[in-house]
Amino acid sequence: MELVVDRICHRFGGLTVLEDISFTVAEGEILTVIGPSGCGKSTLLSILGGILEPESGTVYTNGAPPAASLNPLTYIFQDFSLLPWRTVEANVMLPLEHHALSASDKRARVDDVLARTGLSDFKTAFPKQLSGGMRQRVGIARALAVNPAILLMDEPLSALDAQTRELLMEDFLDLWLRERMGAVYVTHNLSEALYLADRVCVLSRRPGRIREMVAIDIPQPQRKEPWAQTRLAELQDAMWKLIKSEAQQAEREMSHG
Amino acid sequence: MADIHALPQSTLGLPDRPKLAEIPFRGGGFTVRSHKGAGIIGFVVILGLWEISVRAGWISPVLLPAASDVLLALWNLAASGELWRHLQASLARFAMGWSLGTAAGVLVGFCIGVWSLARGIGLPLVSALFPVPKIALLPLFILWLGIGEASKVATLALGCFFTTVIATFSAIDAVPRNLIRMGQSFNMPPHAVLTKVVLPGALPGILACFRITTSICLIILVSAEMIGAEYGIGSLIILTGNLMQTDQLLAGVVVLSILGLCIGYTLTRLERWLLRWR
Repeated sequence: MELVVDRICHRFGGLTVLEDISFTVAEGEILTVIGPSGCGKSTLLSILGGILEPESGTVYTNGAPPAASLNPLTYIFQDFSLLPWRTVEANVMLPLEHHALSASDKRARVDDVLARTGLSDFKTAFPKQLSGGMRQRVGIARALAVNPAILLMDEPLSALDAQTRELLMEDFLDLWLRERMGAVYVTHNLSEALYLADRVCVLSRRPGRIREMVAIDIPQPQRKEPWAQTRLAELQDAMWKLIKSEAQQAEREMSHG
Repeated sequence: MADIHALPQSTLGLPDRPKLAEIPFRGGGFTVRSHKGAGIIGFVVILGLWEISVRAGWISPVLLPAASDVLLALWNLAASGELWRHLQASLARFAMGWSLGTAAGVLVGFCIGVWSLARGIGLPLVSALFPVPKIALLPLFILWLGIGEASKVATLALGCFFTTVIATFSAIDAVPRNLIRMGQSFNMPPHAVLTKVVLPGALPGILACFRITTSICLIILVSAEMIGAEYGIGSLIILTGNLMQTDQLLAGVVVLSILGLCIGYTLTRLERWLLRWR
């Protein structure tokens, strides 16, 4: 299943946040979206999953999702969005409860994703008992439980400390290399974007337009190699130059709430 | 690398630096330390002073009977079975009035919380009627419903209804919207979002309001029983007051205190069980 984004525009009040955004996420592709704060990255992601209605433009899917997929477009949230009154397994069970599956099938799915995310020992824990990294693992497990075709990830690691981020990024890459889902990964972290992406979409700031679409032609498993690191560092440098002045502007601006 | 613990004292230069000043400790305090037993000692001291000042004749026993006399009066009331008749009548009214008012309040508050049309209609009404002391409506309810139980129960129910409405919709407003969007992003049907996200999310706020409404109900209960009831702790207090039986009057007050404590304890247990995820 492909995700086709066609001429999306959006405004908040009089402020144009997104202007003429069009791209396609191919099957099994990781597209990362970067840009300075306030460029409408999160807004764009909300529109992609049908949580926010764009002012104009349309998002399409092209082709049928895999048969086993219960929720083809599935979010992983920056703040994890776990229900604090549910245990880890009950949180992962939540998106399955309203589907017509047998109880044993649901159980099996939950156990499977908990095992894949290394959470089997934490089934009965409440979110408040877990570290930030473990909470995001629950968020990932919950998303995997519905067999998504495309993951929509809204700065999933930015609430975590640097070490946890590194660990989770590697875990996510391992998962992704096994499952090959598509993903739109929004971040403001350049090295994160370059480590994961097949393509990087650089947005400009206010109105958010696509500034550049950069394909990273190094296979993900090789990106820790020294030669790849050099090449990625060059790319990162070039991209930083693209967005630096806008990031400076964003930093000096007062909040609009 | 050298072991820092093995450094000789002299390298720190302690003796030959005359300007060395120790940093004075300036933290501490403002922390809650537990003083177990202090509460009991306070209780015993006050009761002892009370007992002694009445026994010594400093205070007239008609105005303030000795603590032991109040206890004795309580024992006699309990032994004669009179206390249970009063307590039963009060508890029945309390349970009926509070449950009715709370059930209606949670329902209406929920509607106001999730449905903007209900909010548009309900909010001005609630704001206008909330400040009225509900006991002022008892005479009207007596005219409508008679002097019996119904008018008292209605006053109690009304007394906790508005507070519950306000607490419920405020609690729903405080449920993080990102959790609701999360539910929607997984295609959860609206009723599932309401029962699995909104209601449990509002539960802490609703439970907190139970503490307020139970104490409001206790006040209205006693007032209503003082205005007109054959049995009830409120009528026991007003009757014995009229007869200058201050020992029985205070026995009634002690019962009210115990009743309040029991309700508070029950609510604490309920919260601890329902909100164990916090």
